[in-house]
Amino acid sequence: MSATTFGWLVLAFPLAGTVINSLGWRVLPGRLPGWIASSAIFLAFLSSIGALIKLQDHPAEERHLVDSLWTYASTADFHVDLAILIDPLSVFMCLVVSGVSFLIHVYSVAYMTSDRGYSRYFAYLNYFVFSMLLLVLAANFVILIIGWAFVGAASYLLISFWYRRTTAVEAGIKAFVINVIGDVGLVIGAFLILDKTGSLDFLQVFSQVDQTFTRNDGTLVAACLLLLVGAFAKSAQLPLHTWLPDAMEGPTPVSALIHAATMVTAGVYLIARMFPLFEQAPAAADVGAIIGCATLLFAGTVALVVTDLKRVIAYSTISQIGYMVMGVSAAAYSAGLFHLMTHAFFKALLFMGAGSVIGAMAGIQDMDRMGGFRRAMPFTFVTFTIGALALAGFPFTSGWFSKDEIIGSLLNRGGLYAVLGVLGYVGAFMTAVYAFRMVFRVFQGEQAPEARELEGGHMAHGDPVNPMTGEPEDTDVGFPGPEHHIAERDWPMKAAMGPLALLAIVGGYIAIPGVDNVLEKFLEPTFADSRFADTHPSTGAEWIGLVIGGVISITGIGLAWWVYIREPGTAARLRERFPRAHNFLSHKWYFDELYDAVFVRPATTIGAFCRRVVEADFVQGTIVGGATGIVRVGTSFARSIQTGYLRAYALLLLLGVAGLTLYFLLNSS
Amino acid sequence: MDITWYLVLSAFIFAIGVAGVISRRNPLVVLLCLELMLNAGNLALVAFARMHGSEAGQVFALIVMVIAACEVVIGLGIIVAMYRNRLPIDIDEMSELRG
Amino acid sequence: MWFEDVLFFIAAIGALAGALGVVFLQNPFYSVLSLVCHLLGLAVLFLLLNAEFIAAAQVVVYAGAVMVLYLFVVAYIGGTDEPLRPESGSIAVLGPVFAFALAVELCIAFISSGLKALDSTGPDISRPAGADTFGSPGAIGELLLTDFLLPFEAASFLLLMAAVGAVVLARRRRGLEDEGTGPMRSRDEPPPTETLEVRV
Repeated sequence: MSATTFGWLVLAFPLAGTVINSLGWRVLPGRLPGWIASSAIFLAFLSSIGALIKLQDHPAEERHLVDSLWTYASTADFHVDLAILIDPLSVFMCLVVSGVSFLIHVYSVAYMTSDRGYSRYFAYLNYFVFSMLLLVLAANFVILIIGWAFVGAASYLLISFWYRRTTAVEAGIKAFVINVIGDVGLVIGAFLILDKTGSLDFLQVFSQVDQTFTRNDGTLVAACLLLLVGAFAKSAQLPLHTWLPDAMEGPTPVSALIHAATMVTAGVYLIARMFPLFEQAPAAADVGAIIGCATLLFAGTVALVVTDLKRVIAYSTISQIGYMVMGVSAAAYSAGLFHLMTHAFFKALLFMGAGSVIGAMAGIQDMDRMGGFRRAMPFTFVTFTIGALALAGFPFTSGWFSKDEIIGSLLNRGGLYAVLGVLGYVGAFMTAVYAFRMVFRVFQGEQAPEARELEGGHMAHGDPVNPMTGEPEDTDVGFPGPEHHIAERDWPMKAAMGPLALLAIVGGYIAIPGVDNVLEKFLEPTFADSRFADTHPSTGAEWIGLVIGGVISITGIGLAWWVYIREPGTAARLRERFPRAHNFLSHKWYFDELYDAVFVRPATTIGAFCRRVVEADFVQGTIVGGATGIVRVGTSFARSIQTGYLRAYALLLLLGVAGLTLYFLLNSS
Repeated sequence: MDITWYLVLSAFIFAIGVAGVISRRNPLVVLLCLELMLNAGNLALVAFARMHGSEAGQVFALIVMVIAACEVVIGLGIIVAMYRNRLPIDIDEMSELRG
Repeated sequence: MWFEDVLFFIAAIGALAGALGVVFLQNPFYSVLSLVCHLLGLAVLFLLLNAEFIAAAQVVVYAGAVMVLYLFVVAYIGGTDEPLRPESGSIAVLGPVFAFALAVELCIAFISSGLKALDSTGPDISRPAGADTFGSPGAIGELLLTDFLLPFEAASFLLLMAAVGAVVLARRRRGLEDEGTGPMRSRDEPPPTETLEVRV
């Protein structure tokens, strides 16, 4: 079987999983939908490996295979196929997506038991993986946009999975609206490219870019900026980031999969894939890098302050994706994608750990009420700490290698990028602080009552409430199920978290500077035409960067330890001394309020105006009323002839006869 | 006399009958005016019969007379029924077919 | 001959006077009598047109039977002594106006038509001796029984139906509280003239 056949199989298995789960939801018993979905993704993973092996059979120059299933549209100057592209980049993305998705599926098998929408959940999850794989395997803009839109839909479906929760539904709508803004950017950008190059096929466009456009050509810059709009909406970068924290309303595995490991990385993938365009329009690439940097600093500051556990991790995601965007905008493609991979490992792991803790807390997500789970949940504690270490970039974890590779490449490029690199170190410091803020607050310190109960041997129950608003709910369909699951008790959750913890530690060893360079060599065929293919920091410079990064990380962890363990009242005191700063940060720099005032209020006002004036008065009153009024007047006139008086009828008869006679008289003369 | 005279006379009688039908309120008088109109028609028929020299017109006029008689009978029957049910004898009151 | 013309005019004036009397006399009894006068005038005109049988039928059947029937009914109803409400409204004006217009049109039609036959008194209608004269009962009878048998039978059938209908209309129904003469009611309020309000 050729590589492209494996590519189609990669798409086919999750699609089959969706169909089976959605059609058979009544008949599949117990946890079977979960196992079906997980097997589907496992088979997709195996197919990705198959594609990888088959791809390596080709010589390096030929490692971009396109296979078309069917021609969508074919006219004289426009040709679109339903085609997939198998090259190192897409195979890499497939492996990461299917691998991490598989582990998250296994985790969900246990986590979502007792939820009434169990089959629906797995149908949606498989559909999401299918869409994501479609996106990364796309060979032309049309399929990319289709995958993009499907992924947005899947995100909406999964965020508002517990659809009877108003906050969840609102969050889903918010995510979808911002996603659509990105879609518009993406589509218009693709159209501009079609307009100038005459093709939507990736390989064709990329081969023509240098001839068709001059450097920093206006149209190209515009197109790239629009593509960036799409990327930022999907990857939750400034200013289109507001949906991601709210998206934590979805079940925790959903947050792990979509909003940490896969969907939000679609923007990074897009920039990497479109690298010929961005390299020919460096202005757009600069914009991307600057926004990536701004985002990572912004998100880092907010993550220091928020108290909801999942939201800290969400802001951390926004921040880390800022690193990736910076990396691929600065042409450090393999570095950015390496960080994508390691981030997928440790972020998914952190979310899974958070899910376990929240299960122990019977659905409460507020860190203020947690504490001292170290002895009650040892497995979760260990894995969560490993994830936090990787996030903070502790020496010899995967995060250390990947994050510092990005920053090293930035510093190597010099100029503006060097400044961004230094700011990246600042962000790394903040990352270390908030990562261990989480660890210390949740697992150390004074034991929460739920922790004490758990140590005693049974899990806490509470009345089911909405964790954000506190209003009571029930546990029927549309709400979370009545049971809560923790890793210590449910083996699928352990089975998923274990491998991820392992990967979070050893995953970095594929790119030790000076020792091996597995990922970069693998991705080389894709990025061979890059201008910056040979710009590479020297091994010595890289090691210096790693050392600096390690020092910063340890310092940050130390600061967190000092604030939360050594002098426990420090955080409260800081909050009192800087109340305005604290408010500014905890309100997420007032972005939501800003958008509400600038976009939402005017829109609702216009809507209300339209409903009151245009719809009610104009359309209903004038147009509809006018039409019916005219008919009514006409018919009342017609009706007035039917008086019922015999004599009036006789008169009419007479008039008719006289008229006819007159007519004939005139005609015959 | 030329036939034209008879026809003109018939036209006038017909017009008078029509005016009566429209103007009068008493249904009895309306029926009488209907008779006028029928008679005018008869006169025209007989005049034309004379003009063609054929008696078919006269037979037609005879049949018309029969019809007139039947119609009078029924009309008067209705008026008697109206009177019996104590409805006012006024065709303007009979306006139930109003739209 | 000259006395035919004189007779024509006398009969015509009588017929017209009778017609006008029908329309303009208030008392329905007088209207009926006026119509009888009109019918007699018409009968003379028929005679002038060589329609003897028709003239006889007119006098005997129409003026004799039908009008007498009318008189019976008028007597039963009790021909109103109270004057009816004066004719008012546009109908009372429009009716005569348009009727006159119709009459004028018809006259124009007759007079200005190109039919030469109208300008004569008709063809020669003499018959060979022994045969029925034009318009005599024999001639009409022969036609009725040969050429026009079907209309003749149909007309008699119609007469039968009319008679049955009259009986049905006029019979007393059991259960009506009291029939017989009742005073004429006139509604107090004027008949409603506005159209019904229908909500769309």
